[in-house]
Amino acid sequence: MTITLRLAWRNLWRHPRRTWLTAAAIAFSAMLLVFMITLQLGAYDMVLDNSLRIFTGQMQIQRAGYLDKPQMRTTIPDARRLAQELRRATGLAAVAARAQGFALAASGTRSYGVPVIGVEPEHEWRVSTLPHVIKSGRYLAAVDAREVVLGAALARNLKIRVGDELTLLGAGKDGSTAATVLPVVGLFESGNLDLDRQLVQLPLVTFQDVFSMDGDAHVIVISGDSLDDMGRALTLVGAHMPAGPNLVLLGWERLIPGLKQLIQADMVQNWFMYISLIVVVTFSILNTFLMSVLERTREFGLMLALGARPLRIGGLVLLESTLLALMGLAIGIALGFCIALYFYFTGFSFPGMKEIHAQFGLPGVITPKISLLTLTLGPAVIFAFTAAASLYPALRIRRLAPVDAMRTV
Amino acid sequence: MDQSTEHTVVCRGVSKVYRQDAVAVPALTDVALEIPKQDFVCLSGPSGSGKTTLLNLIGGLDRPTSGEISVDGRRIDLMDKGELAELRLRRIGFVFQAYNLIPVLSARENVEFVMQLQGVSAAERAARARAILKEVGLEGLEDRRPGELSGGQQQRVAVARAIVSEPSLVLADEPTANLDSKTAENLMQLLRHMNTEHSVTFVFSTHDKLVMDFSRRLITLRDGRIVDDVRRE
Repeated sequence: MTITLRLAWRNLWRHPRRTWLTAAAIAFSAMLLVFMITLQLGAYDMVLDNSLRIFTGQMQIQRAGYLDKPQMRTTIPDARRLAQELRRATGLAAVAARAQGFALAASGTRSYGVPVIGVEPEHEWRVSTLPHVIKSGRYLAAVDAREVVLGAALARNLKIRVGDELTLLGAGKDGSTAATVLPVVGLFESGNLDLDRQLVQLPLVTFQDVFSMDGDAHVIVISGDSLDDMGRALTLVGAHMPAGPNLVLLGWERLIPGLKQLIQADMVQNWFMYISLIVVVTFSILNTFLMSVLERTREFGLMLALGARPLRIGGLVLLESTLLALMGLAIGIALGFCIALYFYFTGFSFPGMKEIHAQFGLPGVITPKISLLTLTLGPAVIFAFTAAASLYPALRIRRLAPVDAMRTV
Repeated sequence: MDQSTEHTVVCRGVSKVYRQDAVAVPALTDVALEIPKQDFVCLSGPSGSGKTTLLNLIGGLDRPTSGEISVDGRRIDLMDKGELAELRLRRIGFVFQAYNLIPVLSARENVEFVMQLQGVSAAERAARARAILKEVGLEGLEDRRPGELSGGQQQRVAVARAIVSEPSLVLADEPTANLDSKTAENLMQLLRHMNTEHSVTFVFSTHDKLVMDFSRRLITLRDGRIVDDVRRE
C-alpha cells in the first residue's frame, strides 16, 4: 500500500463517528436504490413478460407495412411451413403462425365486431398464455378443427356458453364474403380486459378456409425461453429470416410501443425521486468533505511547504472521498443485495397487491431483478455525485498558499 | 567568480511589505545577505523583527515585494509556483516550530513522505528512512506516530525528514521553541552533526541564547533590517 493510500485511509479514521455517519448515509441511499431498482426493473419485466406472453410474443415476422396498415391481403405465403423451418433452424420451440382478420360475431340475440385470430393450437400454447387460461370448456384441439374459443367477457356480452354456436361474418383475403358458424368449445379469461371482451380464436386451417387465405397467414409469433433470452432469440431469428417476400422482423418495442413508453415514463418518474434522494445525500457528503479539508488546512500547508503540489494534495482528498464512498457503497450494495435476494425467493408484495394484480392477470408478487446492472446502476450514480461533491473541496486546495495555510489554527 | 555558485543563499535588496486592509506593514526592508555553502547560521531578534519572513522568502514559501533571492545560484524570486514547489522538494529541507509532522503517519512514513513525492522507489525509501532515523537516535521508534513521541523526538523526526533527501539547505524556524533546555541542546547538537556530516547549509531562527551559542554566524534583525552580522568562529 503506498503512503498516499495509507494516508488517505487513516485520515478517514481521524473522526470515526463522522466517517461512519457519512458512510451510513451513502450506504443507506445505495441500499435503497439497489432494492428499488431491482424491484422496479423486476416489475417492468413482470409486466412486459406478462404482456408479451398473453398474446403478442417477444417478436413477430410480418410482411413489411402490415404493422402500420393491417390488411387482409398483406400476408406471409405458406406461413406454417415458414414457421416450421424457423423452429428447425433456430432451435426455438415458441414459433407459431397466425392469421388475423375482423368479423361480425353474432349469437342468437347479439352481435359485435371482433378481431378473429387463426392459430396453430399445437404451437400457440408456447407463444401465448391464452391456451392456459381457459375458464370453461377446453382450448382448440387441432389446426383444422372447426371450432372457436373466445374471451369470457365477450361470451357474456353475446350471451353464449360453451356448446353454443357462434356466427362469424367478415371479408376474405380476396374480398369475398367470409361466413361460418362454429361451435364454442372454450372461454378464456386472461385478465386483460381488451382481449377478454373482444378476441375470438379458431384453428389456422379453418381460418384460412373461411377467409380464403390459401395457406397464408399474417404473422409468425416468436418468443425466446425467457425475457432474458430475448436478445439471443432476436439474433437467432435475424440470422435465419425466411426468404420470403418483403418480410420484416419486429421486436416487442415496435409491436406494442405504448408499453415501452409507459415503462420509460415510469422510469423517469422514479429516477426523479432517486436523484432527489441522491442530491440530499450529496450535500451531507459535501459538508463532511469540506469540514475535513478545512480542519486540515495547516497540515496541507505543511505538505505544500515540503514540496507537494496542490494537485497531489487535491488527489489525496479525492482518494479519501473515493474510499469513503466505496466503503459506503459496498455496504449499501451488500445490504440491498441481501434484501433483493430475500424478496427474489419470497416475492415482494404488499396488502391488496395480489387483488390489484389479479385484475390485470399479473402475478401476485413482484420478483426483484438481480443483475450486475440493477445492483450497480444506483450506486454508480451515487458515486458520480459524491465524486462531484468532493471536487469542490479538492479544488479549494489549489488556492492555498503554504505560509497562510500553516498559520491557520 | 559568480558569488551565487559559492553561496547557498544570496539576498539582494530584499523587502517584504504585507498589506493589512489598506495599511502597508513592512516586514523586511532592503535585506542583503550571503550565506556560504555548509554554513550554520542563526537569525535572531525580537518577535516581529522579520526572522520568519526572511526564512519563508529564502525557502520559497513566500515572495519578496522587491529584491532578488538566489538559492544554489537560481533566482527563486522569478520562479512560478510549480518551480518553487520543485525547489522546496529537491533542494530545501524544513523544520518548523510545531505541527511539523503528519499526525496519521508513523515516524518512518513521515520521513518517507518527501521521498515518495520525489519518486524514490519504495525499497530505497524504506532503507534511507531507517538509516536516517537511526542517525537521529530514533532507532526502534520508527513505527510510532507523532502522538506517541515526545516533542524532542518529533523534532528529530522533522530533522530526519529535512535531511533525508540530502538538500543543499535546511531552514529551521524556531526549532527548539517548544522544547526544554536539555532537549533543545540535544537537538542543536544533532543539527550541528548533520551540518558537518551531510555538508548541508543550515539557517535557523531563534530567541534562545543557548541555540544562538551553537551557531557559527549570528545575524540579528530588528524592525525588518539586519542590524548585526557576526561570525563566531
